[in-house]
Amino acid sequence: MSGPALRLALEIDGDGAHPAAWRRAAHSPDHLLTPRRVAGVAAAAENAGFTLVTLDDGALPPGSAPDVVGRIGAVERAAFLAASTSVVGVAPVVPVTYAEPFHVSGQLASLDHISVGRAGWVVGDEPAPAAARAWGRPLVDGTAARTREAGDGIDVTRALWDSWEDDAVIRSVATSRYLDRDRLHYVDFTGGTYTVKGPAIVPRPPQGQLVVLGRPDAVPAGRLDVALVGGPDLAAVTAAAARAEAPRTFAEVEVALDTPHAAAEDRVADLERHAPWTQRGRLRYTGGATGLIALLAELTGVVDGVRLHPLVLDEDLPVLSRLVIPALVERRLAVRPLPAATLRAHLGLERPANRHAVAVPAAPEETR
Amino acid sequence: MTRTDPLDVPRPHAQLHFGVFFQGVNHWTIWSDPAGGSQIDPANFRRVAQRAERGLFDAFFLGEGLRLREVDGRIHELDVAGRPDAVTQLAALAAVTDRIGLVSTSNTTFNEPADLARRLSGLDLLSAGRAGWNVVTTDNAWTGANFRRGGHLDHADRYRRAEEFLTVARAIWDGWKDGAVSGSPGAPSWSAPDAVRQVRHRGAQFDVDLAPTLPRSPQGHPVIFQAGDSGEGRDFAARNADVIFSAHGNDFDDALAFADDVRRRLRAVGRPEDDLRILPGTEIIIGATEAEALEKKRWIRLQQVTPATALGVAGLLWGLDLSDRDADGPLPKEDPVVAENDGSFGARRVADPREAVAEWRQKAETNGWSLRETVINLGPQRGHVGTPAGLADRFTRYVRHGAVDGFNITPYLIPDGLDDIVDLLVPELQERGVYRTRYTGTTLREHLGLREPRGAREPLGASAERPGAG
Repeated sequence: MSGPALRLALEIDGDGAHPAAWRRAAHSPDHLLTPRRVAGVAAAAENAGFTLVTLDDGALPPGSAPDVVGRIGAVERAAFLAASTSVVGVAPVVPVTYAEPFHVSGQLASLDHISVGRAGWVVGDEPAPAAARAWGRPLVDGTAARTREAGDGIDVTRALWDSWEDDAVIRSVATSRYLDRDRLHYVDFTGGTYTVKGPAIVPRPPQGQLVVLGRPDAVPAGRLDVALVGGPDLAAVTAAAARAEAPRTFAEVEVALDTPHAAAEDRVADLERHAPWTQRGRLRYTGGATGLIALLAELTGVVDGVRLHPLVLDEDLPVLSRLVIPALVERRLAVRPLPAATLRAHLGLERPANRHAVAVPAAPEETR
Repeated sequence: MTRTDPLDVPRPHAQLHFGVFFQGVNHWTIWSDPAGGSQIDPANFRRVAQRAERGLFDAFFLGEGLRLREVDGRIHELDVAGRPDAVTQLAALAAVTDRIGLVSTSNTTFNEPADLARRLSGLDLLSAGRAGWNVVTTDNAWTGANFRRGGHLDHADRYRRAEEFLTVARAIWDGWKDGAVSGSPGAPSWSAPDAVRQVRHRGAQFDVDLAPTLPRSPQGHPVIFQAGDSGEGRDFAARNADVIFSAHGNDFDDALAFADDVRRRLRAVGRPEDDLRILPGTEIIIGATEAEALEKKRWIRLQQVTPATALGVAGLLWGLDLSDRDADGPLPKEDPVVAENDGSFGARRVADPREAVAEWRQKAETNGWSLRETVINLGPQRGHVGTPAGLADRFTRYVRHGAVDGFNITPYLIPDGLDDIVDLLVPELQERGVYRTRYTGTTLREHLGLREPRGAREPLGASAERPGAG
């Protein structure tokens, strides 16, 4: 365990967790897909003291009319905001149901280089048949098949991250060699439906391996660094966290908070007039900041962190920033990330040795 | 060159455009000198892009790697390698630059339109209209070994796939009506009811059905670049590209012949001659005097062409492993072996190795060159060498006579290889009135002086039009 204090993650896709969140956003709809908006939300999350922001994604539109149907790719947004922040971790959702794992692994490794070790990967899932039609690929049908694709995708991606040893670039003037091919490795991956030769194009990420997050029920066991666990109440979350076979667990928590202008219940009711806030089997908290602090206090010791899904980012994030996080930090129930450390370090995870490294070094934290 | 009336040229007001190409995987990026910096450190990408922007360049380019190069089945060790995913790196640069275009080299054989078109579109929005796409194709199974898709695409099919890819990508980029998203906070609907058009395409290469998720950017579509040099490649560019790269930028007559050929092909497909920008790749070496520039070139070539590299370059030409030969000795006595290219070292430039070897032998003998000196003098290095004023005069002639619209410059040193160009050459060009003194537009399309994207002007053949998607 990384200690009882929680690490805080924030999902920042779109305008918030509610499908109609855009109606209460502090900006007009056409401002959502702009660089200013992407950078602004990330800066607010970083200033608030979040350890990690995640960005949801998929091949299909995020919602349906009259709600938001537009979304910039999560990897592109993550790279953009990694370059405009300096402390917060950044983890895009990337499904590997249909994507090319060679590209995915390179994009994510690049994100880790760009952020100097602050990158994570939320393994996504594309269950809708429409996703197969968008990709123009045969449908990956059923949970078992999608879980297999997720497992293969993670395995080959992790293998590619290790396909360059940390010291593969040798710049040996004496022998005219820039690379040492003995420190580069073919992955020769054979999965259920495809093979990948390797090695990667992108050198090993600064963290060695990015932090891999995902739902333990959507990924074969033993693949994740952080299990994102659901459950409608504390008992269910506790049970799910105990079942998750991952070094770290984060609870998924949907939040609607009282703001200086409106009570949480009224804000939810206002949006419910337009669309239901579908239950996804996650903890949901509606009320004042004090109650949320109490709920999160109960989660310390149960999970290592929480991922918050605010009803409306523009309304709930300021309350989290002003009231919730300062109180949690003051009571040592949560920690803020420190500058110049990697996401792995923030989560108390070691930098893993390369599977190909002959002598395993002491693996000090990467903090360049 | 005799001085003439500056207005007595075919294009008296033509302007020169510069792009910078951050590293290929080839031996002209010098890594052995302490000034040769990291090829992956994000600070170096930022530094080159910001330096180019200070020099009012049109664009910053990144290449693409799909498999590490090999020689005789073993990974090639002598040259720089290891680079970031292009679109991802460019999305980061969009946050720390303001005006410069950001161009990704992305392959149509090992990508799918729904994914790549969306990624490029996202880059275009995050950069407020500065994205470009250098469209490349691959046909070999060797590269395919890294992909689900795998396998081999017939050589003839690679351009067919690229063209169909572009058709689908354009339909995706045009999927949203202008002004599709509401500008009013109290709007009843996030987007107009019929704002998004479903893209349905069924062709020989792609069978897709999707709802595009992004609006058009301030420049409409990403700017399309293309680098094919074969007749087929030039025709592809004439039909599809906004900018064509080439290796025809180092000799005036050769550059002009290429440009005239491209313009002829443009006319043949019904496009105006000025619809395509011609930006050959080149290297620029600058000295305070001609002698100093030549001295610098000599140093650069010796850094680029080490004895091992000379043997490697010659080995590729001969089709033989020459790594145990003496680079400072004579050329190999053997005849070259003509083998089929499997793609593992990129595209070969030499059509007939026997002819090239005969030329190398004759020139080496005449000049008394060693193998290494022969590679230095006759090998694939290319570029312009001179003083700032001399180069400015030369480039003015190139652009005003329509031989080029500019150059895509590969610096021999990262990250500081652009300094001489930005600090010394650009002011000379500005003095001659052939180079901008400030950015007058905000998008890459505006920098290049291009018209609206094709999709906006021409009916699309790709998609069945049916409103109400989403």
